[in-house]
Amino acid sequence: MSNSFRTTNSTGLINKDKKINFTFNGTIYHGYEGDTLASALIANGVHLVGRSFKYHRPRGFLGVGVEEPNAMVQLHDGNKSEPNIIATEVELVEGLKAKSQNCWPSVQFDIGEINNVLNRFFPAGFYYKTFMWPKSFWMKIYEPFIRKAAGMGKAPLLPDPDRYEHNYEHCDVLVVGSGPSGLASALAAAKNGARVILAEDKPNFGGSLLTDEVTIGNMSGKEWASDTISQLKSMPNVILKKRSQVFGYYDHNMTVMIERVSDHIENPSKYTPRQRLHYIRAGEVIVSTGSIERPISFGNNDRPGIVLASAAKEYMKVYETLVGKKPIIFTNNDTAYSTALEFIKNDIEPIIVDTRDSSNGELVKEVQQKGISIKFNSGIADTKGHLKINSAIIGKLDSSKESFISEETVECDCICMSGGWTPTVHLSSQAGNKLKFNDDIDAFVPDKKRQKETAIGAANGSFTLNQSLAEGFQVGFDLSNKFTDQNNPTNSPNSNEPSYEKHEKLWCMPLPSGKKPKRFIDFQNDVAVSDVELAIREGFRSIEHVKRYTTLGMAGDQGKTSNLNGLQYVSKIEKKIVPEVGHTTFRPPYTPVTIGAIVGREVGNHYLPTRKSPIHTWHEENNAVFVAAGLWQRPRYYPRGSEDMNSAVNREAANVRKNVGICDVTTLGKIDIKGPDAPEFLNRVYTNAWLKLPVGKARYGVMLREDGMVFDDGTTSRLSENHFHMTTTTAQAANVLSHLEYYLQVVWPDLDVNVLSTTEQWSGIAVAGPKSRDLLSKLFPDVDMSNEGLPFMGLVDSSIDGIKARIYRISFSGELAYEVNVESNYGLYTWKKIMEVGQSFDIQPYGTEALSTLRIEMGHVAGAELDGRTIPFDVGLNSMVSQKKDFIGKRSLSKDAFTESDRQTIVGLVPLDKKTKIPEGSHIIEDNSAVAPIPKLGHVSSSCWSVEYNNPFSIAIIKDGKNKIGKNLYAVSPLKDISIPVEVVSSHYVDPEGSRVRS
Amino acid sequence: MLEIKCPYCGKRSQNEFSYGGDATIKRPQLGEEISTEDWDNFVYYRDNPRGKHSELWHHVSGCRQWFKVSRDTATHEIFDTCKMNEDFNV
Ligand SMILES: [Zn+2]
Repeated sequence: MSNSFRTTNSTGLINKDKKINFTFNGTIYHGYEGDTLASALIANGVHLVGRSFKYHRPRGFLGVGVEEPNAMVQLHDGNKSEPNIIATEVELVEGLKAKSQNCWPSVQFDIGEINNVLNRFFPAGFYYKTFMWPKSFWMKIYEPFIRKAAGMGKAPLLPDPDRYEHNYEHCDVLVVGSGPSGLASALAAAKNGARVILAEDKPNFGGSLLTDEVTIGNMSGKEWASDTISQLKSMPNVILKKRSQVFGYYDHNMTVMIERVSDHIENPSKYTPRQRLHYIRAGEVIVSTGSIERPISFGNNDRPGIVLASAAKEYMKVYETLVGKKPIIFTNNDTAYSTALEFIKNDIEPIIVDTRDSSNGELVKEVQQKGISIKFNSGIADTKGHLKINSAIIGKLDSSKESFISEETVECDCICMSGGWTPTVHLSSQAGNKLKFNDDIDAFVPDKKRQKETAIGAANGSFTLNQSLAEGFQVGFDLSNKFTDQNNPTNSPNSNEPSYEKHEKLWCMPLPSGKKPKRFIDFQNDVAVSDVELAIREGFRSIEHVKRYTTLGMAGDQGKTSNLNGLQYVSKIEKKIVPEVGHTTFRPPYTPVTIGAIVGREVGNHYLPTRKSPIHTWHEENNAVFVAAGLWQRPRYYPRGSEDMNSAVNREAANVRKNVGICDVTTLGKIDIKGPDAPEFLNRVYTNAWLKLPVGKARYGVMLREDGMVFDDGTTSRLSENHFHMTTTTAQAANVLSHLEYYLQVVWPDLDVNVLSTTEQWSGIAVAGPKSRDLLSKLFPDVDMSNEGLPFMGLVDSSIDGIKARIYRISFSGELAYEVNVESNYGLYTWKKIMEVGQSFDIQPYGTEALSTLRIEMGHVAGAELDGRTIPFDVGLNSMVSQKKDFIGKRSLSKDAFTESDRQTIVGLVPLDKKTKIPEGSHIIEDNSAVAPIPKLGHVSSSCWSVEYNNPFSIAIIKDGKNKIGKNLYAVSPLKDISIPVEVVSSHYVDPEGSRVRS
Repeated sequence: MLEIKCPYCGKRSQNEFSYGGDATIKRPQLGEEISTEDWDNFVYYRDNPRGKHSELWHHVSGCRQWFKVSRDTATHEIFDTCKMNEDFNV
């Protein structure tokens, strides 16, 4: 039965000369170039494509495009595997592999179908009711069960191998949708000189013009579409994008569009992205997204073979494919008659069931003239056929249309239904447009706009071709006139289409006598009429609540075919008009979007920028193990031979204490501060005094936030009267700069000070250890390195091999130490030079781990202690706080909570066994045998192995810490399930007098 | 994503800026005697209006200037932006 459902005509858009092979559920089929996976399967007689979400009922295609709620498939294998793809949106490509999802073991025989038999146990709100208690069942029993039963497709476990790109665009007018109104508006706007982007989701421009028998000017609709596209293509101010769905409308006219660049190409070039995400900031957005046909609810209206009438027509006209050979057309309006006529053109006589009493529409008459009789005042009550429809029960409606007066069974292989049309208002609604209900078309249309967005054509409820074209040309001209001064309108050509009579306000059929089959409203979420009835019976009134309780209109589908039928049914039961019921919110994305496209190129190493010091290559060549410090890559330690991290860190730290070490501190934040008010500014920013710092001296400074918490610390040096060099921690560098700019620009604009980041202009090299003076004396023979010549916190300018260098005598390690700063480009050279000269002093590089060890031993605070929850008094910085002057955050320090006598303070901890390392983050408690909740005294902020004493040492911040020194407490880590007896000691574990830095 | 007009650089996308809170807050003078309540009001308490809000933004990935934005917190409509030493026109 290969392609036995193809028509014999060749008026569509497929190329029957080019066969394309594909696999569905393991069977090989072929279709043609231009087919979608859906049209190719239907042409091969395959309608059964999946199982429904809740009841695992067999499901087939309902639609032909984005509106498709059922036919979601899993595409490809392995790392290219992709779940929940709408088969109607997949262009056929050689070798395509697709399979059904949500079924086991197969789509023909699915265990989950038991849910359908047991459906009285799966009513609306089932999940909420059944799985509420006992609580302990949730993780182990309920959740796995729900996951297995409700599984849609499977997410691939391997990294996505495809390439996705992001693109940013600006335009005057973005037109979304290329039907008659979209083409008209794009043409009018472009001819008037505006920069236009026209976006079309499908592979072909034209929208309804590709399927409707109409004329525009002296051309057919299809010819006019292609002529208009040719004109637009020739214009330099127009970008045409097909296979491009505008799926989201965000603030300030930012729209996001997904373009399928190479999904339809058999062997795309390596550098072609699979998809491209466009961020389009448009001056004006024209929403010409058309309308979607509404289904009708009737008994078992979800069997494979039951499709929308417009879909059946498009399959015939565009894809040369028949959804069936024994069709029933079931409608409440005239438009479905064009589907009937298309069947007749293909020598198939449909049975026509119309809920209305009569219609004098042109198409209805044309059908009647062909000798086809119409069953007016009738509806479909029920259907039969397990995996595919095989017959329908057609009933005669009584005068109230609330029940059937007679029923007959009619054989068929498809039903093409039409409940009228719903404008596609999703984008307008996302843009904040307050929709209004239009009683003529029984649907919501855009009304009060919040953004620069205008809906036209069917999306605006203008269903006739004349209206659509007129609106398109007018709006395209009006809006483009905001951007150009050409004032060049384009006239709307005459058009001709059949006249239509009104639809009937009937979207839900009565039940057949003596039976209660499910009448579905939302196919994707498996919501039937009975579920809506139940929700209302149980007291859910707000439409938003009904939506959540029943899941109507949720998820990927966003209620494209179900929304209004749901509202209409609620309004019927509630005896309210639809506008009183209101509508739910439409949310982006309009259609599902691959996560890879949203991520774009920001994957792997591109996830974040990487910052490297100019000395980075040396670290690499010397076996450094790196650690991320913000965006920076810093050497963590430099293992030798088979050394593990602990041995390497201990060796590096011990060498600083004994000989001399060298550490790359380029990553420290550096800020150049200039201006006559610079000393006053620093005096306000830092907690200590700055007015009298002599030129040529550095000073340690602490800055607070206004709430009194320590914000950052570092040394700042006075280079000349009005010129300072500030250093910040690596982590806070950017925040400190913003902080300074805030106070200078917003709070104290009268201060004459400029600040500028110089972090990347300077390379910093710390040289620390008892032999550092001798080493530097050799490197800088012209500089007097004696304690008098360059004292602690002094600085001096010099040079090394002709390179200007600034030497600061500052120390983070607690040893005699210096920091050499050179222009960044000379960082690597200088580092190598110091290493070379340092060989005779047993110099070794040390990384961030040894750096931490050294500062922890000394009780110097860092980020772990300055965690945004500590004031200066908590972390032993009392002497840094000036009593004489005001500064940022000072007033907070006198608040009651900050002056309590037993406030948390910094202490040192040593395990009693002198062996067990105390995990960072451990809680400090007094009584190890107490039962929970145990009062917590504080926590361990930093831990190291003390190379000075050869035992573990930690810093902790604990309540009333200064009175706890000498006491034994417990450090407990529930995570690691350990409790360590510890002695509280001073946080200044090594050289508490600070004599080494001054030696 | 909002589009914000920096008074120095022109219209740029929101991702170039960072938000800086209520622009009408005045920091107490240095050395000013101030009650704990008034200080707490300055440090912690902010109005959370629905509607027009005068606020600070910082053009961090641009000219690094702080400036004022008058924005509707419900609709995100931006009525005006101006430099720190200017007043809004609307
Ligand atoms: Zn700027």
